[in-house]
Amino acid sequence: MYDFTSLIDSITGYLDSTFSPFWAGTISMVLLGVVILLFYAVLGLYLVYAERKICARMQNRMGPNRVGPMGLFQTIADLIKLLLKELILIRNADNFLFNIAPFIVIVASIMAIGAIPFAKGLQAVDLNIGVLYILAISSMGVIGILIAGWASNSKYSVIGAMRSGAQVISYELSVGLALLCIITYAGSMQFSEIIASQEDGWWLFKGHIPAVIAFVVYLIAGTAETNRGPFDLAEAESELTAGFHTEYSGIKFAFFFLAEYMNMFIIAAIATTMFLGGWLPFHLFQWQGFNRVMDFIPPVFWFFGKTAFVIYLMMWFKWTFPRLRIDQLLSLEWKYLLPINLMNLILIAFLTLMEWHF
Amino acid sequence: MALLKTIKEIGNYFYQIYDGVTSLLRGMKVTGSYFVRPRTIVTQQYPENRDTLKMFDNFKGELMLIHDENNQHSCNVCNTCARRCPNGSIEVIYKKVEGADGRSKKILDKYIYHLETCSFCGLCVPACDEFALKFDQDFEHAVFDRSKLTKVLNKPGSSSKALKE
Repeated sequence: MYDFTSLIDSITGYLDSTFSPFWAGTISMVLLGVVILLFYAVLGLYLVYAERKICARMQNRMGPNRVGPMGLFQTIADLIKLLLKELILIRNADNFLFNIAPFIVIVASIMAIGAIPFAKGLQAVDLNIGVLYILAISSMGVIGILIAGWASNSKYSVIGAMRSGAQVISYELSVGLALLCIITYAGSMQFSEIIASQEDGWWLFKGHIPAVIAFVVYLIAGTAETNRGPFDLAEAESELTAGFHTEYSGIKFAFFFLAEYMNMFIIAAIATTMFLGGWLPFHLFQWQGFNRVMDFIPPVFWFFGKTAFVIYLMMWFKWTFPRLRIDQLLSLEWKYLLPINLMNLILIAFLTLMEWHF
Repeated sequence: MALLKTIKEIGNYFYQIYDGVTSLLRGMKVTGSYFVRPRTIVTQQYPENRDTLKMFDNFKGELMLIHDENNQHSCNVCNTCARRCPNGSIEVIYKKVEGADGRSKKILDKYIYHLETCSFCGLCVPACDEFALKFDQDFEHAVFDRSKLTKVLNKPGSSSKALKE
């Protein structure tokens, strides 16, 4: 039930039988690209809307509610406005790098989406090193940020980019180690196999306390990796106006903005896949009736529901906690998260060796 | 002693983690409780709720001269409010009438209030010894003609309480 494999197979089968192998491959790539880009744009816009609504509710405000019912078209109107705005050329800026930086950031996050399993069979590529691929690709984004800061020829941008570089490089370790915990449990880096290993229970539940610790560490480090509050030093408004994208205007600024939200989605989607069972429904022990009802909800809804929950947690962090200072940021990573994570990993390796997990 | 110190430091390390986590959770409890209770929203949906909108007591909308049910105000033309006003927004114009004892007496002719220059500082209200002034809560002042902002605050046919005594 709800298996997308046959649908995808029939489409590729039709393309293969109608066109030559070259054109079949090209058309399927173009189709996939269009689908992913549309998904990216729409989801990015509505994540911005969700953040504005949630932040407003947490601050006793209403949030956008004028454009369309409940303000649903607010972010679309914002995008149209940004599309129409002038792209200002900065004097003495390195124009080539200045123009290419937003594309590096956005391409890095689009490429990461390709490996995320949305449902059974609904995954662009199921690499056997999927986790490694996503970690590698999502850290490409920081190159774009560094280039943006350097090419802008502005002190705010350079400081913001340097901070962002220091932050992403340190927190990348924690993200990697927290995911390594689950890789140790699951014994695979392939997303489909990690999900298959959670058929009888999500790793968050059957991995004992170490898995919970790994989840919390992943959430903290993942929030830091997307440069979101409370780790938004890279664009700290009060100190650096807007950090690395101070000099950007119009649609290039929108690219940075959209990429930030999609990076948050990617972090949440990986957390869902690794810790919360991906698109698998929620099952309770041996309650056949309950489990059967849960099975009827399509896996796409399960995936997006869990991802929305993780995104909500990250927004909750952002609108509650004050911003860290740069030394606090680095001491949190190197003195607290990393040692805890390493001990956690040893504990998980021991548990896996003794097969003490369920 | 060195061992004791090390143990203390390790304990301090874990206490810091515990303390940090609990204080962060306390903060999340506050914002989370606001999130689930929509009635804590303070934003007014202004044009929609203008019929039911009730401004708070201290709001300074527009100056008014208090009239009682007999259409009487208590201004005795002392001019303190006009002198206290930093923008010169108040003009008190008086006329002289014959009092009951045969002496001429100043009474209020026109109390002119220039809303266009008023900065709503509220210095006039406590300046009045007779408690004749107050700010009401009307805030929709937009008009198409500037002259409409110059208002006469004493109502037509009103008389002063000071005259009777």
